Amino acid sequence: MASEAVSAPDRAALGRARAAAQGRIRWELLTQLVRTDLKVKYQGSVLGFAWSLANPLLLMGIYYVIFSKLFKNGIEGYPIYLMAGLLPFTAFSQAVSGASGSVTAAAGLVKKVSFPRLVLPLSSVGFSLVQFLLQLGLLLTVVAVFAHHRLSLAVLLVFPALALLVVFSTALGILVSALNVRYRDTSHFVEIAMLVWFWANPILYPAGYAKRELDKHHAFWAYFLNPMATVVTTFQRAIYNQTYYTDANGKRGQTLADPGYAFYFRNLLLGFAIAGVLLLLARRVFNRLQADFAEDL
Amino acid sequence: MDLSRRAVITATGVNKRYLTHSGKATQLKERFVQSAKGESGKSKEFYALRDVDVVVGEGETVGLIGPNGAGKSTLLKILAGILRPTSGTVVVEGRIASLLELGAGFNGELTGRENVYLNAALLGLSRKEVARLFDSIVTFSEQGPRIDDPVKHYSSGEYVKLAFAIAVHVDPDILLIDEVLAVGDEAFARKCLAKIAEFQQAGKTILFVTHSLDLVEQLCTRGIVVDHGVVQYDGDPAFAVGTLRKILGTDRPADAFPEDEPLGGMVVLSAVASSSRGGPPTDRVEPGSSLHVRVEVEVQPGRGMVEGSVQVVVMGAGDIPVLVLRTPDGAAVPAVPGRYCVDLLLPETPPLVGAFILGVTVSDPLSERPITARRFDQTFWVLDGPRGALLHLPTTAQVVSTETAP
Repeated sequence: MASEAVSAPDRAALGRARAAAQGRIRWELLTQLVRTDLKVKYQGSVLGFAWSLANPLLLMGIYYVIFSKLFKNGIEGYPIYLMAGLLPFTAFSQAVSGASGSVTAAAGLVKKVSFPRLVLPLSSVGFSLVQFLLQLGLLLTVVAVFAHHRLSLAVLLVFPALALLVVFSTALGILVSALNVRYRDTSHFVEIAMLVWFWANPILYPAGYAKRELDKHHAFWAYFLNPMATVVTTFQRAIYNQTYYTDANGKRGQTLADPGYAFYFRNLLLGFAIAGVLLLLARRVFNRLQADFAEDL
Repeated sequence: MDLSRRAVITATGVNKRYLTHSGKATQLKERFVQSAKGESGKSKEFYALRDVDVVVGEGETVGLIGPNGAGKSTLLKILAGILRPTSGTVVVEGRIASLLELGAGFNGELTGRENVYLNAALLGLSRKEVARLFDSIVTFSEQGPRIDDPVKHYSSGEYVKLAFAIAVHVDPDILLIDEVLAVGDEAFARKCLAKIAEFQQAGKTILFVTHSLDLVEQLCTRGIVVDHGVVQYDGDPAFAVGTLRKILGTDRPADAFPEDEPLGGMVVLSAVASSSRGGPPTDRVEPGSSLHVRVEVEVQPGRGMVEGSVQVVVMGAGDIPVLVLRTPDGAAVPAVPGRYCVDLLLPETPPLVGAFILGVTVSDPLSERPITARRFDQTFWVLDGPRGALLHLPTTAQVVSTETAP
């Protein structure tokens, strides 16, 4: 059959293309998974998205009462300072913890359907990021309405800070999701690590405090080997945007890590470098382990 | 495989080794402890598949059969890209839809509708494409009224119906099915078979694992028998089924043909179906042509020997006896030690389509007490015209107009 002979190579090429398409990470698939996660999480709750605000708002209330009212740390607009650091860190912590269980939770899928497994941690991270973006939008709106004097050109730093948060959460999320299939206690380690990690960032305490203490040893730079410290301080610079405070004893202290810009750009570069290397490493580990997911689950 | 077909799945030298989990660290802390102690984590090996080479061509329908634990499902999962072979390569050219075990990985919390979208997205479809196919999927699955219920409330049959509907609607080039068709009710099973037939006609490739051997004979163009991780037979489905029955020991009804029990000192050595007298074994007989069966019998010296009349039963699928050929009175094998050939002839093979095997019984012509019996699994086919019915008889037909068009 002549017609078949002509079309055979085309069909072969089409077949290969379709096989490849099935193994690629498609944006549509990712968004579908994120949508699904959101739906499952907020299904049957009238408040829906409001729930994702409950946790940070509650934490903010507690910290505000403890540190601003009881201990009187004297930081002006402390709730804004708090939220500028707390929200990105919560997003990070949720993204990584969520990703750590993402593959194991989808065991039924992984064992039965062939699809690019990488979409699982990616969608977990995406899920946390969507929530974070909504929270961030709300925070910026509140600041714009009630404390618009804080907003300056520095607010543009939100974008690079967000980008670093995305890259770093993705990298770590991919890594722990793969490890958790092989070593099931990985997610427990992640949870504990997040509790400790929280304090390695100037969220509750002023960044200037860390600077003062570490500068004594010329080690403030080392503080930013943790990309999350960069994310948190940059968000604070962008949104809180007030350099000094006066404590209850009338002593002046520094709230922000640095009043300028160059400092943040330098840290962001370092952060992107670290996150980038981690991302490459995570991809390698994931690729090596993913072939055995179906049998380890 | 037919060489003119384009290969859509090529598996070469596939091995799958499992490590039993006894020595393998499954926790980070165990791993640290093992490293500290210098243990390498010794564990036992187990080969689920050994040196499997399979090339599946476009348009083939392949039945993967074998006893439980033979490695069929492992092989299917490796071909589907879900498991990685320990060594060897698998090349797939085309979109795969797989239906493995129950369901295709639905999220129980989501409704049927949402699962359709999710599943189709995983199988490689865009939202737009799914939206276009959605109604057709729902209609096929028969889950119209329940499509907005969470699938955790579906029964296993409903689950499979939806999964099957999605899998066949995503326009796969290759459909992999693992023993799921048995779950739906008969009406749905029939619908599935119709859909599979449609796929076959569209030149798509289907691989399925099943224990329903009749289905393999009915549907498949090829059967692969896997046992102990090794491909035991790869070829004609009827032969494959015969091979598997032999492995399973279900190739003979419990008492009908006890293996070689020489009661009166006679042993059936061979029985060969051929198209000429004493000719080579044939695997294909044309209806209407003659069928020669040569039976070799050895008579061993002993006491109380009797003559033996030979009876050959031609058995079809499921060991149904279809024809009997027997030696006429007075033409029995004598009670004298030695080897004898008995040639039986069926002058005209009836137009009965199917795969057949031979069973031989030797019995005392006077008392009809059986002396020995043996079954031969060499399959031969009687083929004539289109499949679809067992008996092809000449028919006549007339077309008569009952009403003239105005």
